Amino acid sequence: MALTNEYIRQRLEEKFGEQVSDFEEPYGMLTFETPKDNNLKVLQFLFDDPELNFQFLTDLQAVHYPDKKGRELAVVYHLHNLRDNVRIRFKIFTDIEKPHVFTATQLYASSNWMERETYDFFGVNFIGHPNLIRVLNVDEMDYFPMRKEFPLEDQSRLDKDDEMFGRGGSII
Amino acid sequence: MSRPVRFNIHPKEADMKGHISMVDAPDGYTGEGFFTTKLGDVVGLARKNSLWPLPFATSCCGIEFMATMGAHYDIGRFGAERVAFTPRQCDLLMVMGTIAKKMGPILKQVYLQMAEPRWVLAMGACASSGGIFDTYSVLQGIDQIIPVDVYIPGCPPRPEGVLEGIMSIQKLVGQESIRRRNSERYKELMQSYYIQ
Repeated sequence: MALTNEYIRQRLEEKFGEQVSDFEEPYGMLTFETPKDNNLKVLQFLFDDPELNFQFLTDLQAVHYPDKKGRELAVVYHLHNLRDNVRIRFKIFTDIEKPHVFTATQLYASSNWMERETYDFFGVNFIGHPNLIRVLNVDEMDYFPMRKEFPLEDQSRLDKDDEMFGRGGSII
Repeated sequence: MSRPVRFNIHPKEADMKGHISMVDAPDGYTGEGFFTTKLGDVVGLARKNSLWPLPFATSCCGIEFMATMGAHYDIGRFGAERVAFTPRQCDLLMVMGTIAKKMGPILKQVYLQMAEPRWVLAMGACASSGGIFDTYSVLQGIDQIIPVDVYIPGCPPRPEGVLEGIMSIQKLVGQESIRRRNSERYKELMQSYYIQ
C-alpha cells in the first residue's frame, strides 16, 4: 500500500492526538505543526515507525515572523521517506526571547551543521547540540542577520551616500 | 581518414623589425661610454616593467582577468608575464571579485606575506566598494583592511580596463621614490591598517 498523506496524518493523530495540528497540503506536501517540546517525540516516531520510515532529514531551517507575538521563530523540519519517496514537513514555533529548542543531532547526524546554520542566521538555541557555533558567518558577528530586524540598507553608511550617486546631496 | 597535419610546413620568418617594444631610458647625462642618471629612476624602470602579479580572484572579475592574461590581450606585453600564486615572490596583489567578510583575514594574511615593495589593485565594483552586495556578509571594499593603490571600475571591467589599471600601477611604480616605503607617512598609512 502506498504511503498516503491521509494515512500519515491518521497515524500521527492516533499517536499524538491534540499535539499535532494545522494540517495542510500545499502542493501535495503534508505539513503540520507541533508544540516545540514535542519535536523530538514526533521525529523519533516518524523515524522508528516501520511504515512511516522517515529516516532522511532533507532540510532544517527557521523562519522569522516578526508579527506573531510569542511565536516569532518557526523551525521547519523537512523529512523524506526514501523507500516510498514521500516527503513531509513540520513546524515548531518558539518565542524569540526564549529561542530554546531541543536538538535533533542524536537522531539525525546531518542536523548538526543545519542546526549550526539555523543558529548562525536566526539565533535558535538548540539545547544539547554538541558544537553550537557559527558555521557560515564570521565568528565576531554579534547579531543574527536573517532576522527581520534590519532596514534593507544601513542608513548610517558614509561610503555610499547619495551624493556619490548623483541623487541629491551637493551635486544635483 | 584523419586530416593530414599541415601546420608550419613552410614557416614564415617572423618580421621582428620594429615590433620589439623597448622602454625609453630615463633622463640622464650621456657621454663617451657612460650614462648617468638617478638610481630611483633605474629602480623604478626595472620594477615597473617586471611586475609579478598575484591574482586573488574570487568571482567573475577573475574570468575577465583570465582573458587579460590570455594571448589576445596579453598582460605579458607589460612585463607582467609571470603570474605567480605565491605572495612571497609577488609585487602586485590583484584582488578581483567579491570579498566576503570571512575572506577578509585571509586577504590580509596574503598581503602581509608579500614582501615590500608591494602594490594592490582592486578590480571591479565588489573589490572596490562591495558593489551590488550591500549586505551583512560582504566586505564593503578591500580598502577597509588593506591599502589599495589603483581601483578599476566596472562590473566586471573589460580586459581593456584591466590593462589600463596595470598601466596606472606601472606609472605609480615607475614614479615612486625609493625612500617612500621608509617614510613616516607610509608608516602612518600602515599603522592606520594595524600593520607594523
